Amino acid sequence: MKNPLKNSALGITLISILLGLFVGALILLFIGYNPIEAYSVMLNGIFGSVRYLSWTIIYATPIILTGLSVAFAFKTGLFNIGAEGQYIVGALTAALVGYYVPMPTLLHIPFVLICSITAGSLWGSIAGYLKARFGVNEVISTIMLNWIALYLNNFFVLNEKIKRPGSEATNKILDSAKIIFFDVWKKSPDGQAFRKAHPFFNDIFRTPANAGFLIAILAAVLVLLILNKTTLGYSLKAVGFNKDAAEFGGINIKSSMISSMAIAGGLSGLAGAVQVTGFTREASALAAMEGYGFEGISVALIGANNPIGCVLAGLFYGALKYGGSKIQPRIGAPYEIISIIMGTIVLFIAMPKLIRMMKITKKKEAE
Amino acid sequence: MKKLSILLAVVFALTLVGCNKQKAEVAAPAEEKPMEVVKTSVVMVTDVGGVNDQSFNQSAWEGLQKAQKDLDINVSYKESKQNADYMPNMESVLDDGNDLIWGIGFMMADAILEAAQNNPDQYYAIIDNAYEDTPSNLVGVVFEAEQASYLVGYIAGRMTQTGKVGFIGGIKFFLIEEFEYGFKAGVKQAGADIEVFTQYAESFTDAAKGKSIANSMYQQGADIIFHAAGGVGNGLIEAAKEQGKWAIGVDRDQNDLAPDNVLTSAMKRVDNGIYNLSKELAEGNFPGGTTVAYGLAEGGVGIAPTSSKHVPADILAEVEMLEKKIIAGEFVVPNTADTLAAYKVVDLK
Repeated sequence: MKNPLKNSALGITLISILLGLFVGALILLFIGYNPIEAYSVMLNGIFGSVRYLSWTIIYATPIILTGLSVAFAFKTGLFNIGAEGQYIVGALTAALVGYYVPMPTLLHIPFVLICSITAGSLWGSIAGYLKARFGVNEVISTIMLNWIALYLNNFFVLNEKIKRPGSEATNKILDSAKIIFFDVWKKSPDGQAFRKAHPFFNDIFRTPANAGFLIAILAAVLVLLILNKTTLGYSLKAVGFNKDAAEFGGINIKSSMISSMAIAGGLSGLAGAVQVTGFTREASALAAMEGYGFEGISVALIGANNPIGCVLAGLFYGALKYGGSKIQPRIGAPYEIISIIMGTIVLFIAMPKLIRMMKITKKKEAE
Repeated sequence: MKKLSILLAVVFALTLVGCNKQKAEVAAPAEEKPMEVVKTSVVMVTDVGGVNDQSFNQSAWEGLQKAQKDLDINVSYKESKQNADYMPNMESVLDDGNDLIWGIGFMMADAILEAAQNNPDQYYAIIDNAYEDTPSNLVGVVFEAEQASYLVGYIAGRMTQTGKVGFIGGIKFFLIEEFEYGFKAGVKQAGADIEVFTQYAESFTDAAKGKSIANSMYQQGADIIFHAAGGVGNGLIEAAKEQGKWAIGVDRDQNDLAPDNVLTSAMKRVDNGIYNLSKELAEGNFPGGTTVAYGLAEGGVGIAPTSSKHVPADILAEVEMLEKKIIAGEFVVPNTADTLAAYKVVDLK
C-alpha cells in the first residue's frame, strides 16, 4: 500500500509542474505575451551564467529550510503555518547576536546559528505548548504568532538604540558572523587581482555566495535521520499517524507535540539566520510579511514532505523566483505570473492527494 | 490539506486580479521592441510596495510613462517582492544595459549606493534619499514633504470646528516625521490652541488599523485627520466617509477615494521628480553626485487641485500667500521636533 503511493507522489509532482508551466503559458498568451519568449528569458536568467546559478541557490536556501520546517511538522501531524514568524524571530536574533556579541569567526558563526535555532524553537514551541496544554489549534496560534513576531521585530529594529541611523534596519552584522564565502578577502586588493584573472570566480564572487545551501542540505539530512533512525522521530511520527494509538502505546503525546513544534521552529529560525548571515546582513523593519514561511509551505507540498524533496522543490522555487523576475523588465510580462505558476502547481499536487485521502477514509469506514 | 487548498485558491485568485490591473500599464514598453536607433533607456526598481501601490511607486511609474511619451525614451520597471530582492534586482537591470537605473524609496538606499560604487560607469538615481557622500554617478532625489504638510495643516487648523485635529503616521522614522512636524506647524500657524492627536500605526498596509485609529480620534472630538501612512490611510478615509468627517490625503490627490470627505491632499510629486531627472539625462545634463530637492518652488510638492471643492476661497488665498512666502524663502517650514518647537507664527499681512 505504501510504496506505490510514494512512487506516484513523484509522478504527480512532475505532472503538476508541467501543468503549472502550461497554465502559466496559457495565461501569458491570453494577456498578450509570447510564452516561449518568456520562458526562454527565464531559463536564460537561471542557467545563463554561473552568477545566475549562484543567485538561484541563494534564493532557494531560506525556503528549503522553511520547507523542511513545515514538512517536519506535517510528518508529525501538525500544520506549521508559523514558519514565517519563526523565520522572523531567527533572523532578528541573528542580526542582534551577529552585531552585539563580538567573537572570533570560528565561534561566532556557530554561536549565531545556535542562538537563532533556539529562538525559533522557543517561538515554535509556544504553539506546541498551547496545543498540548489547552488544545489550541496550531494553525490558529501559529498565524497569531506570525503577527506577534512581525511587530516584535519592528519593535526591536525601530528602537532608537538598535537601529542604524538613517535607516529602517539594524546594524550590519560583524564580519566574523558572516557565512559568505571569502567576503573580506574578495574585496581586498589580493582578491580583486584574483577575480580579474579568473572570470569564473569573479562571477560567483559578485553574488553573496555563501555556506547557507550546505547548511540547508545538512539540515535536510539531519531531519531525515531524526525521522527515520531515532526513537524521538519514531514516536513523533506515531503521534502523527494516530494520536490515540500512540498514547495507548505509551508515547507522551503532549511532549511530542511540543518537541515537534520546537524542531520545526528551530529549522525556520535557522532559515532566518542563514539569510541574515549569508545575504542581507541585517534585519529590517517589516511593513508586511515577507513570505519565506509561506513559500516554505509550497516547498513542503511540492517536496511531498520529504526532506530531500524539499531541497529539490526549494531549488525549483528559488529558480522560478529569481529567473522569473527577469521577464518583467525584458518583455514586460508581470512578475505575478510566477506566483500563478507556483499556485497552480501546488493546487494540482494538492488535488490528487485530496482525492486519494478521501478514498482511504471511505475504505476505512467501509471496513 | 483541504483548508490549505482553499487558502491557496484565494491567493491564486488575488494574484490574478493584481495581474489584470497591471496589464494595461505594462503593455506600452513591450511594444517598444524595434531598436534601430539607440534610444535612451530608463528602468526603475520598485520597493516591496510594488508598482500598483496607490502611492509613490505608482506615481514614479506614471512619471516614467510620461517621460516615455514626451521624450521618446525606453522605459521599464522591475518589482521587488522582498527586501532581499533589491540587490539581485539592481544587478539584473544592470545586465539589461539601461542608461539610468532608478531605485524607488529609501529602503533601497544601501543597495543603490553599493551598486553605484561597484559600477562607476552606470548612472543611478534614488527617490527619498540624500547621501552624505554621493558618488558622481548617483543622484539622490528628495521631496520637501513638510511644505505640503504645512499647507494642509494650515487648512485643517482654519477649518476645524472642534479645535481638534489628528495625524496618523505609518511607521515612525524621519521621512514620515517630516509630514508630522510640517502638519503641526501649519496647524500652529492657524491657531495656537488647536489640539493635534498623533498616532503611528506601525504599518503602511493595515487599513483596518487605520480605521480604528481614525474612529477613536473622531470620537475624541477631532473633525479633520491627516495621514502619511500609505494603505493605512485607506482605513482613515473609510472612517471619514462613515462618520461624515474630514480626511486629508497624502502623496497623490486622494479626493477620488471619497469625493465628499477628502478635504485636500498633501501631494508629493514623485512623478515630476522622475520625469524631470529623466529629461535631464536625455538632454545630457545628468546632475551626478548631487542631491536634488524638490519643494513647492520646483512643483515637487503641493496641495491637491481638488482642494477648491471644499476649502473656502478666503482660506485658499491665505494658503497661497503662505506658499509664496515659503517659495521666497521668508521662512523655513519645520521638519523636526526641535524646529517645530522653535517655530514662530508668520505674519500673514
